[in-house]
Amino acid sequence: MTAQAGGAPTASGAPGTPTTPAAPTRRRGSGLAIARFAVARVVGLVATLFVASIVIFGALFLAPGSPITFLTHGRSMSPEAVKALEHEYHLDESVPAQYWHWLTGVLHGDFGTSILYHDSVGSLIASRVVNTVALVLFSAVLIIVLGLSIGIYAGLRPGRLAGTLMGTSTALMAVPAFVAAVVLTLVFAVDLGWFPVFGSGSGLLDRIHHLVLPSVALALASVAFVGRLTNAAVREELAADHVQTAISRGLPYRFVVRRHVIRNAAVPMLTVAGLTVAGLIAGSVVVEQVFQLNGLGSFLVTAVQQKDFPVVQAICLIYVTSFVVLNTLIDLLYSFLDPRIAVGRGPS
Amino acid sequence: MTTLTAGEVEVTPPRRRTWGWTRGLGVSGWLSIGVLVLVLLLAVVGPLLASQDPNEGNLAQGFGAPSVEHWLGQDANGRDLLTRLVVGARTAVIGPLLVVVASTILGTVLALAAAWFGGWFDTAVARVVDAVFAFPGLLLAILATALFGAGLPAAVAALSIAYTPYMARIARSAALRERGMPYIAALRVQGIHGLSICVRHILPNIRTLVLANATISFGFALIDLAGLSFIGLGVQPPTADWGAMVGEGLAGILQRYPQESFYAGALIVATVAAANVLGDRLTTRSEGRS
Repeated sequence: MTAQAGGAPTASGAPGTPTTPAAPTRRRGSGLAIARFAVARVVGLVATLFVASIVIFGALFLAPGSPITFLTHGRSMSPEAVKALEHEYHLDESVPAQYWHWLTGVLHGDFGTSILYHDSVGSLIASRVVNTVALVLFSAVLIIVLGLSIGIYAGLRPGRLAGTLMGTSTALMAVPAFVAAVVLTLVFAVDLGWFPVFGSGSGLLDRIHHLVLPSVALALASVAFVGRLTNAAVREELAADHVQTAISRGLPYRFVVRRHVIRNAAVPMLTVAGLTVAGLIAGSVVVEQVFQLNGLGSFLVTAVQQKDFPVVQAICLIYVTSFVVLNTLIDLLYSFLDPRIAVGRGPS
Repeated sequence: MTTLTAGEVEVTPPRRRTWGWTRGLGVSGWLSIGVLVLVLLLAVVGPLLASQDPNEGNLAQGFGAPSVEHWLGQDANGRDLLTRLVVGARTAVIGPLLVVVASTILGTVLALAAAWFGGWFDTAVARVVDAVFAFPGLLLAILATALFGAGLPAAVAALSIAYTPYMARIARSAALRERGMPYIAALRVQGIHGLSICVRHILPNIRTLVLANATISFGFALIDLAGLSFIGLGVQPPTADWGAMVGEGLAGILQRYPQESFYAGALIVATVAAANVLGDRLTTRSEGRS
């Protein structure tokens, strides 16, 4: 966007250290700050991913025993076979060289070969990733639509219904996805028979039908969480001086709510909703397992049980990358919504 | 401690700070403490209370209905459900407790050191914290079980690391706020050692916030560890564990014998809810004070 983004890497330092506020006109100053902030965030993203890739790669060497016994599951193999395996996984080279091979492979979409399936990890994953993405997206829509509307409603119309909603939310926040999944299966799949018990289905409508229970199970606690925080944010904004002033001046209530309450509350609301959605990535593992959705999560669990380490590495890397990228995107969105944050004067 | 006899009016008690954090908890706060204490007691003495072997069952009595011998009925293998629920409290609660203790100590020490020394040390801690943040707790625990085999020890160690950044981040900003206060400057002028200021003056002032965060972390750790056992990577069969029992009960769900999953799930939800509510109350309190 802004061309003058380049510049020296900003010393982002501690948020507590006040940088002398820039004097120039507000618009240009904040635009530059946002650009700087964005560059710093992206640099941080790359650094974090680099460290994460080292951790995930290095994990193989943390395991008890040498990597080769780990890869062969301790089975005795002919020396030639061991040699071939060592060559295949570049274990006959130095560790940094091995890491380099692995990383360049990953960057080209080559995650190595599955020990169990003797197939490329990339293609094994590609056939499953759709199920996971669909599950997380479906849950994300539920969280954002339901969580925000419940929270905004309860915040704007305090009363018995709002109280009940918030009380229920407190209780639902304590329900882990797998408990929700079990209860939903019992009620809506076994007893009522409205939805299939497990499987991912075929065809668009059938797939969506199969995804309803898993998505609700995954989203439930987060809907409650987002609802409660949205409620708090809306109520805080409603009580703010400028909103009270606007109401007492006789401005239409709807206008005040739209312009002053929702807009100001949007920053915390969207951030929390976004972070919660990012958190779904790990939670999806458990839900996929319950409903046998055959996505990345259930593949990860199988790979762990079978000690198929190349698959474990690949899926962990994908999860971590999507989690970190999402978090960074939310941060950037956050600073676009509220430029004070990038300038360092925000209500951090 | 001051003892108040009935009828005496309490006018700003002199040693309020010592037990200050229990004030203003309200009914829900005390109720949560009650639930948590009960669950902890169960975890400690549970196995002593069990009169039956949790792992011995009679296959012929699979999904047995509640009876005089088996108050809550039996699971698919004919094992006594009540016994397994009581015994299962141990792994379900001790694991998260270890995670919370480890991550709280580690996170608070890191936070205090980072806030006190500042400069490059603070930056280094912030970078490490950011890197660990990239790994969701459950994912790090799964990675650990992939390396060291399924079971609680690897998972607890992994979660302790994964939870440290949350504590460190919150405690650091609170410690930084305290550090900027005039009383700290006054103490420094008096030549009091930094360690002493951190431990005796800053730590007590961020205590409630740390405790609140630890309580909330306990709920999350319980969910993560139970989830891990649920998918078969945590506590291994035949050991009784709440999370594992929800998973084992799945077979019963399909045959309309949901007791096992249901009871174990309800215990998990109740414990987590208590931790959440108490953590909420403590957070409100710590905000009210500063």
